[in-house]
Amino acid sequence: MAEETKSPSATAEASTPAPSSPSEGHSQRPPSRGPRPGGPGGSREGGRKYFRRKKVCKFCVEKIESINYKDVRLLAQFVAESGKIVPRRLTGVCTPHQRRLSCAIKQARNIALLPFAGRAN
Amino acid sequence: MNRTYELMFIVRPDMAEEDLDKLISTLETAVSTSGGAVKSVERMGKRRLAYTVRRFHDGMYVLLTVEGSGGLIHELERRLRVTEPVIKFLSVRIDEEKKRLDKIKAIRDARKKAPAAPAAAPEGGEPAPATA
Repeated sequence: MAEETKSPSATAEASTPAPSSPSEGHSQRPPSRGPRPGGPGGSREGGRKYFRRKKVCKFCVEKIESINYKDVRLLAQFVAESGKIVPRRLTGVCTPHQRRLSCAIKQARNIALLPFAGRAN
Repeated sequence: MNRTYELMFIVRPDMAEEDLDKLISTLETAVSTSGGAVKSVERMGKRRLAYTVRRFHDGMYVLLTVEGSGGLIHELERRLRVTEPVIKFLSVRIDEEKKRLDKIKAIRDARKKAPAAPAAAPEGGEPAPATA
């Protein structure tokens, strides 16, 4: 019983600094996440850590301008094992490049260069 | 009338080479009769498909770059849909993308030349090595 009373107070304390970042999942640029409790809303899909070091957009750094559906090797880096497109908060890609990348991946899927689901061989 | 399209299609792997040539030449004549131009034909060879299409696991990929109107592509797609050995096709419009890439390249080249020019002027006859 004592444990039950302790845990809600702990989460209440931890969540008071959090209200400044309201819709956590929808923010485009989280500049400073701050100390977030890993418990509530902490979905560990793919087993990745939440807060990694600042990732940079691979396309901006290497100045790759054209993201084509034909270069499967480049696109396959941004596709998970299950065939899903990896979200940009994990890869660090900037928004315009992510949009073009996802368009190219969908085109590649249509022409059977990438799978819709399953391993890309 | 000056739109550029990229048409990629997959042909079943057990198709003969000359049949494939015949198919490509049929498409080329269709393009030229509608007033377009074929820019390039690239045969990307046999590749393993990422998923089974009509019970095939491999396919011969062909990439056709065509210049023409939208009606021309419509006609080509109709032909490909009817052709039995073609199992998949995808047409993408690429002239807008090309325009954007050329613009970026032009800006980059202008940026390279601009700092090189005032550096070369006070130098006199020194060849500017910055253009490497």
